[in-house]
Amino acid sequence: MSEMEYTIGAVIKEPGSTRRNKTGRWRVFRPVLDEDKCVGCARCFMFCPDGCVRPAEDAFKIDYEYCKGCGICAKVCPVDAIEMVLEEEME
Amino acid sequence: MTELGPDVRVINGNYAAAEAVRLVDVDVIAAYPITPQTPIVEYLSEFIANGELDAEFIHVESEHSAISAVVGASATGVRVFTATASQGLALMHEVLFIASGLRLPIVMAVANRALSAPINIWCDHSDTVAQRDTCWIQLYCESNQEILDTIIQAYRIAEHEDVLLPVMVCFDGFTLSHTLEPVAIPDEERVREFVGEFEPVHCRLDPEEPMTIGPVGGPDCYMEFKKMQHEAMERAREVIGEVNREFSDAFGRSYGDGLVEEYNTEDADYIVIAMGSVCGTVKHVIDEERPDVGLVRVKAYRPFPGDRIAEIIQDREGVVTIDRTHSYGAMPPLWTDVKAHAPDVEVSSTIAGLGGRDVRPEDVLRAIKVAEEGKGTDEPVWINVNV
Amino acid sequence: MIEIRIHGRGGQGAVTAAEILAIAAKEDGKYSQAFPFFGVERRGAPVTAFARISDEFIRVRSQIYRPDHIIVLDPSLMSVVDVTEGLREDGLVVINAPEDNWNDVLERLSGYRVYAVDATEIALDELGVPIVNTAMVGAYLRASKVLSLDAVREAIRVRFSGEIAEKNVRAVERAYEEVERIE
Ligand code: SF4
Ligand code: SF4
Repeated sequence: MSEMEYTIGAVIKEPGSTRRNKTGRWRVFRPVLDEDKCVGCARCFMFCPDGCVRPAEDAFKIDYEYCKGCGICAKVCPVDAIEMVLEEEME
Repeated sequence: MTELGPDVRVINGNYAAAEAVRLVDVDVIAAYPITPQTPIVEYLSEFIANGELDAEFIHVESEHSAISAVVGASATGVRVFTATASQGLALMHEVLFIASGLRLPIVMAVANRALSAPINIWCDHSDTVAQRDTCWIQLYCESNQEILDTIIQAYRIAEHEDVLLPVMVCFDGFTLSHTLEPVAIPDEERVREFVGEFEPVHCRLDPEEPMTIGPVGGPDCYMEFKKMQHEAMERAREVIGEVNREFSDAFGRSYGDGLVEEYNTEDADYIVIAMGSVCGTVKHVIDEERPDVGLVRVKAYRPFPGDRIAEIIQDREGVVTIDRTHSYGAMPPLWTDVKAHAPDVEVSSTIAGLGGRDVRPEDVLRAIKVAEEGKGTDEPVWINVNV
Repeated sequence: MIEIRIHGRGGQGAVTAAEILAIAAKEDGKYSQAFPFFGVERRGAPVTAFARISDEFIRVRSQIYRPDHIIVLDPSLMSVVDVTEGLREDGLVVINAPEDNWNDVLERLSGYRVYAVDATEIALDELGVPIVNTAMVGAYLRASKVLSLDAVREAIRVRFSGEIAEKNVRAVERAYEEVERIE
């Protein structure tokens, strides 16, 4: 059975379907942010194409429910505070 | 048929198309010029510049963009129009599926023209028939009056809640697009009353009611949406007939039952099946010298009125199709569609008028002869060809 | 049904002449068609246009191969194209030619009903440019009697506007007066 409602033209009328679709499942590599190294420049926050880096109290936090592991944040970090780790190597 | 009166103007087919768009009061137009459709774009730009039509004209850099722009505009819930021909229609191909898949009531005029190579700007049906599986309703016209009347009807058909499919109004390039003849121009108020205000059914741009248009539909649901499109196309038969009847009540003109027009078929020994302006020449031949022949004019090629045609062609001495295109390596498309619904009827196949080769009365007589001789039933007979 | 073929060179207005005839037909309560030649023009005959006029709705959609009437906008076309091709015996030819050329014209068009007028002179006098189409429509009207002068005046006012329309109406009227059967 499909989750999709059979509307005319496959239009989705109820908002929020993107939020329900936890795309973080697609991830192969997980960005791990070392708060000690982070200098708070906010580059990762600005460059994440999925809006998964959020400013938090004392550092930046990554939303793993939607982060797809593209690695852009790690690439742009000037102090290498973000490391891309294989999901299966995470305990 | 046009009755001569004070409402009649002598205009070409392109002007008739543009005039219909003005009468219907379309909101957004995007089109890219290509022979023989270019004058439609020019007339519409003129109407807008002169304040005779209050519409947004989006200038685009290709036909692919033209159809994309009207898909976008239509999805916001406004009435749209575009026009093209030949290579332009071919360039639109992939977006045609999107228009029908999103169930957008777009109306497009096509001035039928052959495709290159060799380069050819003249009429045949290879452009539109090649798009028959894109789930667009296709209506073919025989006269300039019919172009105007059909575009008006097309909006009613496309926007009907049982249908919600795009409509292609096809008319022969040059033979109609560049020929002047008398056309009755219906009263603007009455046309607006006939088509009504456009009320979008399923798609609109409304911050109060946000929606997602064009999502992914995987193997779990794609087939269901396609079957729904097929069912809408089936329901369109009924709606096309209904709109044709209502149009006749309002304006005094009708075209057969809206899908098929019969001419002199009742006691005819032979039946010619054809589409487009060549049907006028077939009628002329029937009137002048072959009272024993009848014509089945296929106005709606999609949805295809196969059952009705099968009924009409039963128990005749001979039946012949005239295709203005070909399916290379197979039998021609119109013949194939007819045979699918009438497998027991012997139907001869002819190909005529490719790339603007004139279809003269003697060519129609030749097609009838093919039926009389029972030829062309497993291999098409090419009419007036030198190789 | 009357079938008409018009021969001209680019800029002489052959297609417009066909259109004026079709519009005028409607003014006279007749059905009509007007269309240019569909195809690659043959060498030396830059423009060919056609018109049909009938009391009944015209169904036939093919081009015209056996015209009843021919209008020739430029006499020099006769040496490059067979202007009477397919013309019925005793068919009508209305040609633009100055009087000095009439003998030559007759020689080439023997066997047909020929009417001639110096439409170039009329066009230059009335319009100031050698666009002879409207004058030739006037000459054709007189020769063929297919349509009324009033209908053509009206058609010209539909097709052109203001002063240009009035100048063309005068060209039609003068050619209507000046055209002669030559034999
Ligand atoms: S890996 Fe990609 S998606 Fe995930 S936080 Fe970094 S930039 Fe965003
Ligand atoms: S880019 Fe690196 S240093 Fe800058 S905020 Fe992000 S993690 Fe911290």
